[in-house]
Amino acid sequence: MPATIRLQSSDFDAAAEAAVLTRGRTDIGAVVTFSGICRSSEAGAPVAAMTLEHYPGMAEAEIARYVEEAETRWPLLGVTIVHRYGRLVPGDNIVLVVTAASHRGDAFAAAEFLMDYLKTRAPFWKREERPDGTVWVDAKSTDATAADRWITRRQAAE
Amino acid sequence: MKLLYFAWVRERVGKGEEVVEPPAGVATVADLMTWLAGRGEEYAFAFENPKVIRAAINRTHVKASAPIAGAKEVAFFPPMTGG
Repeated sequence: MPATIRLQSSDFDAAAEAAVLTRGRTDIGAVVTFSGICRSSEAGAPVAAMTLEHYPGMAEAEIARYVEEAETRWPLLGVTIVHRYGRLVPGDNIVLVVTAASHRGDAFAAAEFLMDYLKTRAPFWKREERPDGTVWVDAKSTDATAADRWITRRQAAE
Repeated sequence: MKLLYFAWVRERVGKGEEVVEPPAGVATVADLMTWLAGRGEEYAFAFENPKVIRAAINRTHVKASAPIAGAKEVAFFPPMTGG
């Protein structure tokens, strides 16, 4: 399965990335494209910008591990993940997940799985610029709960 | 071994990486955090609550109980907030 994982400070074009995955293919019946975008407020507080720090080397390796895991769970025909780092302002793209499969159920499920893992296990950290200063974003328990639902009984027993 | 720090752990320690040689007896990630916390005020601050700090050995997530024998690169960081 073609898998592309890129970390970059520059922007991405979701439509162009999806087009690359499906070009020349007639077996793909479903493409799911998810974009995460920088918001101008967090829990009611305005956010002027955020800076994403990452662990070079591990981030790519870690994401590759989830892509491999997704491939064992769903019959995927292609995956592209792009994660940006550096300073981003509201409206900027942060992350892109594109999944391709024969049928939509597999593409939707794999995209959600990959996003849930990116949120809780990929080594990225957000620092927000708020009116009262800059703060490191706390991990959300709702994100952990979302990721936990993908743990299989076998993994939970370990 | 090479140590890496990220996000607020990096800010508190005051550097992003360093090379250390922990003494014998420092066997696990948890031991390493305890040892680091004793190296000065900035380390004590960074590792004051080791339960919230995550670790990776050779670029793979590990638990605090993981042995550090043979580790080339150990990283400490807060819970991830990517995506």
